[in-house]
Amino acid sequence: MAQQLIDQFAARLPADRRAAVYQSTKTTHEKRTAMLFDQFAEPHRLRALAGGIKQHVLENLDTLLPAVEAKLQANGAQVHWAATAEAACAAVLRIMQARGATKLVKAKTMVSEEIALEHFLAAHGIEALETDLGEFIVQLDHDRPSHIVRPIIHKNRREIAQSFERHGLGAYDDDPQTITRRARQFLRQKYLQADVGLTGANFVSVESGRLVLVTNEGNSRFSLAAPKCHIALVGIEKLVPRDRDLGLLLNLLARSATAQQLTVYTEFITGPKAATQPDGPEELHVIFVDNGRTDVLASECRAILRCIRCGACMNVCPVYRQASGHAYRSVYPGPVGAVLSPLLAGKKFPELADLPKASSLCGACHEVCPVDIPIPDLLLRLRDQGKRAGAPLAAAGTPPMGAWALLASQPAAWKAALLGGKIINYLPTKLLPVPPLRAWEKSRTLPEWRGGEFRRWLRHRTTP
Amino acid sequence: MSSDRDTILAGVRAALAPLAARAPLPDWDRDLVRVRTLQPAADPWARFAARLTAVNGTPLTAVADLVALLEKNQWRRGYCDPALWPQFQGAFPAHFTVETAFDRTRVDDYDFGLTAAAGAIAETGTLILTDRGTSSRLAALAPWVHIAVLRREQIYADISAALAALPDDPNVIWVTGPSKTADVEGILIEGVHGPGVQVALLQ
Repeated sequence: MAQQLIDQFAARLPADRRAAVYQSTKTTHEKRTAMLFDQFAEPHRLRALAGGIKQHVLENLDTLLPAVEAKLQANGAQVHWAATAEAACAAVLRIMQARGATKLVKAKTMVSEEIALEHFLAAHGIEALETDLGEFIVQLDHDRPSHIVRPIIHKNRREIAQSFERHGLGAYDDDPQTITRRARQFLRQKYLQADVGLTGANFVSVESGRLVLVTNEGNSRFSLAAPKCHIALVGIEKLVPRDRDLGLLLNLLARSATAQQLTVYTEFITGPKAATQPDGPEELHVIFVDNGRTDVLASECRAILRCIRCGACMNVCPVYRQASGHAYRSVYPGPVGAVLSPLLAGKKFPELADLPKASSLCGACHEVCPVDIPIPDLLLRLRDQGKRAGAPLAAAGTPPMGAWALLASQPAAWKAALLGGKIINYLPTKLLPVPPLRAWEKSRTLPEWRGGEFRRWLRHRTTP
Repeated sequence: MSSDRDTILAGVRAALAPLAARAPLPDWDRDLVRVRTLQPAADPWARFAARLTAVNGTPLTAVADLVALLEKNQWRRGYCDPALWPQFQGAFPAHFTVETAFDRTRVDDYDFGLTAAAGAIAETGTLILTDRGTSSRLAALAPWVHIAVLRREQIYADISAALAALPDDPNVIWVTGPSKTADVEGILIEGVHGPGVQVALLQ
């Protein structure tokens, strides 16, 4: 019986799609693991170190944020702050209007998804075009990404070819090479026409003020080669203390995300283009976005802000592999999303309070996390929070535990119940008119009741 | 905007105030991220070339080999960094059309772009381009073939060494092989927005 929303999504997922998601997440995970353990002597030590560096950043944001702001400004960047999604959207609009800009190309940025920027800009007559191949296809289809690194892991080439045909990008051809060439031809004109290139940032070094961007397709590079203005949307948690720490984080990010030594394009940006350079932005704007992050920082779950968005946790997660990303109903799917999405939802927490239960607590997500986030612990904390807040979704699919709690908190009643339970050994349980029990016993045998024996053993045990 | 700044920083301070102690910054030895399976070759170029080949890049040591590659594929229209032009002018056959200014209104008229690299990373097969050293960002990106001209002494051993020597330049980009995607059914396709062929030419 699928009582939880995520189970209902999983049940509706067509079998071929589930198989595709399963196969590709599994393959990526296996390549990642082989590469990491083959190439490094102590991968787990690297994860712990990277986690330690990011945790240090989080716990020192009060000093690091003003420090990086000063560095960025000294480098020639303009720094903006946005406490909310609305403020972040408004900041982008203000920068564009000041330049009379109407066209924007966007390299992959999860923050822009989070703040629903495209929708906001469209309402103000500004075209914001996705340039990452997967995100571009998602945008054509008015769909949503279902994986943070592989946005269209849920689509097959036939659907993509049909969509290209519908949008006038050529007659039906589902060869991935043709699909990619058509996107290349279409998008390069868009880069050249765009006024602004919008990106996120994977890291920002406090030491040097360098923004670090990684992509494989080269779309962020093109967004910073053709347009004359660069806007970077950066979550306040993206800082790293020193340039040298990037050596650890870049190595872990590429291997964890796509089993590469390095992502194809790793770009270090300190400001507008050099005077001698004919191409590229004359202005660099960095918008630091909070949008719920300080609340997460104040919570017991602050370690989730270490996340570097590699997607390894979703690739390994047995629940994600069955349910796919849309089942999480939020920008961030998978185990990281099950923690981050409800936290970032703020007042809407109850609407996502079931997500922390979308886990078997097997711990695989923790084991693969390049910044060592104890995701299962955080999921348990959020389950507790959901229950305490009385969110109906937090209780959906869970049997009522009130009677059990009452019993378990009264020692005398508990002892009596354990002894009294013996009665079950004499009952013809297979004949009892309790449907769930009968269904369960169809293929299983109820073990003999041995309640209370552990306590007896503990009391009379002899220490060796 | 200053009010958003104050709101965020006040929020951060309030969130961190209850912490009894702040997590210290761990120090770490860069040997930890040195790839153990890649044996340091005696020659940095040989090591770099092997890694570049592993990511489907094309290492070349002779201008004649470059011209032969371009000729074979009929990539005869290109861009050359004006500073490198005197050096390459004689190498290209007469039926090649090579320009020393990149016209962004005709991006598809260039089969190749030839620019200078600022360095390379042997461990990863990475080329390092800078804003001051690259004559045109677009010329190194939009054509199907990008040729980066590299000198032997510019090759760093690994990522940590390259990070320690990051140039003082507004834009440094590390390029590791041709542009690629696996967005469509996980199938690797090269040449998405950037070059489909990435050449490193040793000078």
